[in-house]
Amino acid sequence: MSDIKFTTDNKLDCDIIFFNNIDFSLESGEKLKNLKIAFKTFGKLNSEKSNGILVCHALTGDQYVTGNNPITKKNGWWSRMVGPNKPIDTNKFFVICSNVIGGCAGSTGPKELNEDKNIIYGGEFPSVTIKDMVKAQSLLVDALNISKLFSVIGGSMGAMQALQWAIDFPEKISNIIHIAGALKHSAQNIAFHEVGRQAIMNDPVWKKGTYSDNSERPERGLSVARMIAHITYLSEDAMHRKFGRKLQSRDIISFGFDADFQVESYLRYQGKSFVERFDANSYLYLTRAMDYFDYDETFNKKIEFSQNSNDHLKYLIVSFTSDWLFPTQESKIIVNNLNQLSKQVSFLEIETDKGHDSFLLDEPQLDTLINGFLVSNFKELNE
Amino acid sequence: MNKIASIRKDWGLIETLIEENRNILDIGCGDGMLMEQLQKNLNAKTHGIELDRELASKAIAKGFNVIHGDAEIDLAQYSNHSFDYVILSQTLQAMMRPKDILSELLRIGSKAIVSFPNFGHWKIRFQLLISGRMPVTESLPYTWYDTPNIHFFTIKDFLNLCNEMNIVVEKSIGLTSKGKQFDISESLTSVNFFTHEAIFLLSYKNFEPIKIKSTKKIFNKNSVIAS
Repeated sequence: MSDIKFTTDNKLDCDIIFFNNIDFSLESGEKLKNLKIAFKTFGKLNSEKSNGILVCHALTGDQYVTGNNPITKKNGWWSRMVGPNKPIDTNKFFVICSNVIGGCAGSTGPKELNEDKNIIYGGEFPSVTIKDMVKAQSLLVDALNISKLFSVIGGSMGAMQALQWAIDFPEKISNIIHIAGALKHSAQNIAFHEVGRQAIMNDPVWKKGTYSDNSERPERGLSVARMIAHITYLSEDAMHRKFGRKLQSRDIISFGFDADFQVESYLRYQGKSFVERFDANSYLYLTRAMDYFDYDETFNKKIEFSQNSNDHLKYLIVSFTSDWLFPTQESKIIVNNLNQLSKQVSFLEIETDKGHDSFLLDEPQLDTLINGFLVSNFKELNE
Repeated sequence: MNKIASIRKDWGLIETLIEENRNILDIGCGDGMLMEQLQKNLNAKTHGIELDRELASKAIAKGFNVIHGDAEIDLAQYSNHSFDYVILSQTLQAMMRPKDILSELLRIGSKAIVSFPNFGHWKIRFQLLISGRMPVTESLPYTWYDTPNIHFFTIKDFLNLCNEMNIVVEKSIGLTSKGKQFDISESLTSVNFFTHEAIFLLSYKNFEPIKIKSTKKIFNKNSVIAS
């Protein structure tokens, strides 16, 4: 039998749940003997326990969805969406956000100690998938004594998790909000991830993932990986609007390889600040988890022949016009499948030039859409 | 009648054609007002499609199941007879391929409700006859060069098409410009002259829906194999 223990981590400023002797089976077939999940909650669970919302973070996100992030000393990654009187209103809803397994903000992952060998997992950490992440989240939700979440919300890798919830645990949720995601990680997306991984693995300090917090870390590789990825989160229009060909702190070009252009300087800054908060091995594992995600041919069957009833489930699918990483067409495939099965699905393509990252940025239409969807559906369920 | 009053009247009549507890698709659902009416009064289960981004967003935010999309493309994704009723209110004349749309309506719905402004109305006929210019009326208020209404047809035209496609007109209601309503089937020539707007309840000839009993149970049994 597994034993479950909650603690508060003061340094990480979050809660941690330990599942000891749990033998957590991963999709790869490997097992984790112990499991810990770092999470934060916001707002209050009501007496009926009907107002729980799980927010799933994207590739480089964490449990600090809103409020202060003690690692970056900045506001949480979705502070503009989640909080009191925000679109996902914590005066009304009980918001849970947990660090995915394989992550690097306190949950079981390559950065953590392998208790069997008493060394850091590093490159020995078993492969994790989106399905594994969601399975871990469902254990957390069970341990919080919530039998049914009102909603699971996520963008990008978070959207993959939301979709996985709808496939694996439809009886435990009322709706999902799926933003800028897809049924599968496309060849182009895998290709970009592979370039990022190669940058890390070719950093001489990486050493098959055996570096530790005390030694030098493969920061050069990780920052290049981040720079490449960051380009894919924007759009050409947004880059042009933001930077054009403007020069950085100079009037004339240098005829050298300094960061002459503002866009170069910006990417270098993105890379540099990223390595301060993220672990290179986690980046390898989590990008791989996204690459392995594929329900392109099985989604329809999974939903139609679901073990547990999913007729009650409402789906809100959102895409952005300028997102070329997870283009609208990919969202529409999900919508088409659900409509073919007469499911309760809504879909909106939001017009913006901000690219894939739009879901994290100032998009008033997304705010009103999410807020309206949550409030009206909550009212309908609880009247 | 002004435009809003005429749409309201239209919706009121559409409601009279539908039984309670039905599954309905509203094409061009706007911000969801007709769906709201049908849910409230008939306990209907509703889905909608809306081309306009703002309106679709509003409808979703009200809690309705709405797809932001184009009916001429997006109807294809629905399975045969997904709905008891499919409603196309005052938009058939704006469709690129009205005939294809009509057959799609009756593929995905057991019955279709279609309403449209009648181009055979006497005011329109006289405008063209007397002034020699394209008519502009209350129900068709656009000039020829900026109108979204690209296919003009009369009640007679519509009935001919239904006949050609083996579509049965189960009920038909005509409205005069003063809002007076009558049964279209009575005297076609005069009806085509006086009807300002028409509403039709359509189905296929000899169509009997195939009832599959307790599909759910069969699915559950096979679900292990299937997944």
